[in-house]
Amino acid sequence: MMLCEVLQPGLWTTIQDLGRPGWQQFGIPVAGAMDAYAFRLANRLLGNGDNAAALEMTLLGPTLRFRRDTVLALTGGDLAPELNGQAAPMWQTMAVRAGDHLTFGGVNSGCRAYLAVAGGFDVPVVLGSRSTYVRGSLGGLEGRPLKTGDILAAGQLRRQAGAGIRVPDYLIPYYSEEIEVRVVLGPEQNRFTPDSIRAFLSTPYMVTPEADRMGCRLAGPRLYHTGGADIISGGLPPGAVQVPGHGQPIIMLADRQTTGGYARIATVISADLPRLAQAKPGDRLCFTPVSVTEAQVILRQTAGNLACWPEKKKSYTYCITVNGTVYNTVVREV
Amino acid sequence: MNLQARCVPAGDTCLIMEFGGEINPELHYRVRSLMLALEAHPVPGIVELVPAYCSLTVHYDPLLTTFRQITGQIKIVAETLGAHNLPAARLIDIPVVYGGDYGPDLEFVAGQRGMSTEEVIARHTSRDYLVYMLGFIPGFPYLGGLDERIAVPRLDKPRAHIPAGSVGIAGKQTGIYPLDSPGGWRLIGRTPLVLFDAAAAEPVLLRPGDHLRFRAVSPAEYEEIRRQVRDGTYSLAVTPRA
Repeated sequence: MMLCEVLQPGLWTTIQDLGRPGWQQFGIPVAGAMDAYAFRLANRLLGNGDNAAALEMTLLGPTLRFRRDTVLALTGGDLAPELNGQAAPMWQTMAVRAGDHLTFGGVNSGCRAYLAVAGGFDVPVVLGSRSTYVRGSLGGLEGRPLKTGDILAAGQLRRQAGAGIRVPDYLIPYYSEEIEVRVVLGPEQNRFTPDSIRAFLSTPYMVTPEADRMGCRLAGPRLYHTGGADIISGGLPPGAVQVPGHGQPIIMLADRQTTGGYARIATVISADLPRLAQAKPGDRLCFTPVSVTEAQVILRQTAGNLACWPEKKKSYTYCITVNGTVYNTVVREV
Repeated sequence: MNLQARCVPAGDTCLIMEFGGEINPELHYRVRSLMLALEAHPVPGIVELVPAYCSLTVHYDPLLTTFRQITGQIKIVAETLGAHNLPAARLIDIPVVYGGDYGPDLEFVAGQRGMSTEEVIARHTSRDYLVYMLGFIPGFPYLGGLDERIAVPRLDKPRAHIPAGSVGIAGKQTGIYPLDSPGGWRLIGRTPLVLFDAAAAEPVLLRPGDHLRFRAVSPAEYEEIRRQVRDGTYSLAVTPRA
């Protein structure tokens, strides 16, 4: 069903879902939303499945004209959204009517915003996913970023979400220009000089303008290899910090190739990849080492917080007084 | 067979089973054996497996398992299934038109290595190449086994557009471009086969562990095979390889 028309495509607007795992042994990258956290929350606001396709917008958002009424949700970086010229709220559902214009004014914070619509954007499923992988012309809308004149369609939703549903404040991230990024050292940390490891962990690195969905290219103190920069090529984890011969790190992200041949000084922990996706050129990253076990505990905490919202059951808060002491009591439906 | 490997964590969602530090068919056989064993006896939490020259990367979901737990389970599979026999490898015939517009760098390779273009073709078609892994772009095979007498450095300035099916040489490697793409390999020919087609039932033609044999064909044969591939009537020449 036709939903909206693209009047301006924005800088780099693609259709994404949670990615295309299972094909890496054939050289096909996972792709998917760079900030899977904000992406999931946009879908949850609307009652979509977590994997429903949404728009990922980068720095400069698109201009869209809606052709029918719907409910949408904007999450992620604040790209100054406006509905018919009025500031549009983020992290909450919003009703739009046929003829409404959604525009974006520029970056207030972060780098990537997500626009989810009730029912999800409807594009063909390619190799199990609707994600766009532009280098392989795969998925999304004809395997490419949006362009002027594109018509986007949405799927059907069993029940329509209401307007004005909000993500609770404690789940809304703060996007800073100084980003603490936790890493597990290695797998090839022993291929770097001890001074380089120290520099990497103690000096901020700046995100360069070449950063994209494939890799976040950084500039900072040069890192030196003990041997060469090349290793025998092998599988590449998300968040791998590759260091080619020029000594400047590149963090491999959603559209990374499936295998790589440069030594990896560290790997960004999966819980911090969403915040890294919000790093824009000029932002500074500070790396802190954690163990694999710590990283997995952090991920479970993040996932646990997310799993609790929206609550499937109703809850009621009562204020009761026992022997003069006031207790706040939550009663949850079972 | 010894499937013992060093297990190295790579962040909190990956681990690497390392079988050694060199490129040879024997280590690769072990990589594929462990992969096959893990496919036959899945360990909870595994998302996907990526075989490479001498390592197997295991992508896993830390919400379903932990590094310690999955490592222990993978080691048990590796130890108890040490003698897992791989099915016979596939030997796949790859028709190629060499030279001309199909392979604009063939003359360069011949000149660089002081031999005739016929000899370059003879050397390129006389060996079987092992597909060690797929990567770089969807379906791109990293092949081992190039005759070093026809090894040449890559272009100083990569071409902006290389047509899909182009067969090239870069250093001691040879490969086939599955998609139109930019690239710096020296192009010696082109195959009419389609290595990657997202809409096909099997989107990727080649698999890690396959062997390839290039066969020189005429431009007329190229066009005929290309037509059959397009019509879906071409049958890939595959033979089991001992």
